[in-house]
Amino acid sequence: MGKHTTLERYGSKTTAIGRVRGLGSAHGGAHHWLLQRLTAIGNLLLVTFLVVSMALLPAYDYAAMAGWVSQPLVATALALLVINVFWHARLGLQVVIEDYVHTSGNKFAALAALNIVAIGSGAFALASIARLAFAGAA
Amino acid sequence: MADRPLSPHLSIWKWGPHMLVSILHRVTGSGMATVGLAVLLWWLGSLAAGPEAYDSFAGVMGSPIGILVLIGLSWAFFNHMSSGLRHFVMDIGAGFEIERNKTSALAVTASGVILTVVFWAVVFLK
Ligand code: HEM
Repeated sequence: MGKHTTLERYGSKTTAIGRVRGLGSAHGGAHHWLLQRLTAIGNLLLVTFLVVSMALLPAYDYAAMAGWVSQPLVATALALLVINVFWHARLGLQVVIEDYVHTSGNKFAALAALNIVAIGSGAFALASIARLAFAGAA
Repeated sequence: MADRPLSPHLSIWKWGPHMLVSILHRVTGSGMATVGLAVLLWWLGSLAAGPEAYDSFAGVMGSPIGILVLIGLSWAFFNHMSSGLRHFVMDIGAGFEIERNKTSALAVTASGVILTVVFWAVVFLK
């Protein structure tokens, strides 16, 4: 390794970090990436729990379903699932929208709609679970 | 165009299993995020609304077309889960060698189908 000076290494007087600065992530890309992974791990646990339970449930009629969902542990898992899965899906669809919608006005509208739908739907799902979980307790 | 380095080979490529995995990850994720979450909402909402609402949900989802949608969603989940786990491996920088990358892409695609078959075998045969 004979190259000791910045000029020798990079052929310019700026340092490596100086050349990269301002060319990296414009906003919160790394944070978004990490949250997508953390919620993916949550999905791996929670959605798999739902899917396996669905395969194993003895019946799919109202009594069996409502009885299953209203158990405290199941209701808790489903509430966590709803938060996690809507979060992961919101992050994921954001990337898809950013890849295909380039006009800034349309992109803003699509992302605003995505947020409204994701948060509204999540709240509705949580309210539904709560109603089932608290039905017998009042 | 952007004044940053771009690949000079954007138009030189051929199909491989890794491309199928990449596209299916996006298709299955987007499908679950739209159709799948709609079914989840209808399921929970109808349960909360009472037996009558739930019966109309179960009537639609238990019909041949409903079962077809559920089979599609279950495959979407198992496929996306398998390719998501492959993402985790590649996130740590592993599995980029051409042969291993091809093998894992094929394994992930097969795993999505196999898990779907196992799931419905349990549902119908238990
Ligand atoms: C075991 C469960 C899951 C795992 C391990 C997982 C993993 C991942 C990973 C790692 C990504 C990022 C891919 C990338 O950076 O290119 C991703 C993207 C995505 N996921 Fe999931 N996911 C799971 C379940 C779900 C579910 C249940 C949904 C929908 C309700 C979903 C919807 C999406 C969407 C829409 C994207 C964006 C796709 C894209 O950018 O092409 N995922 N998932």
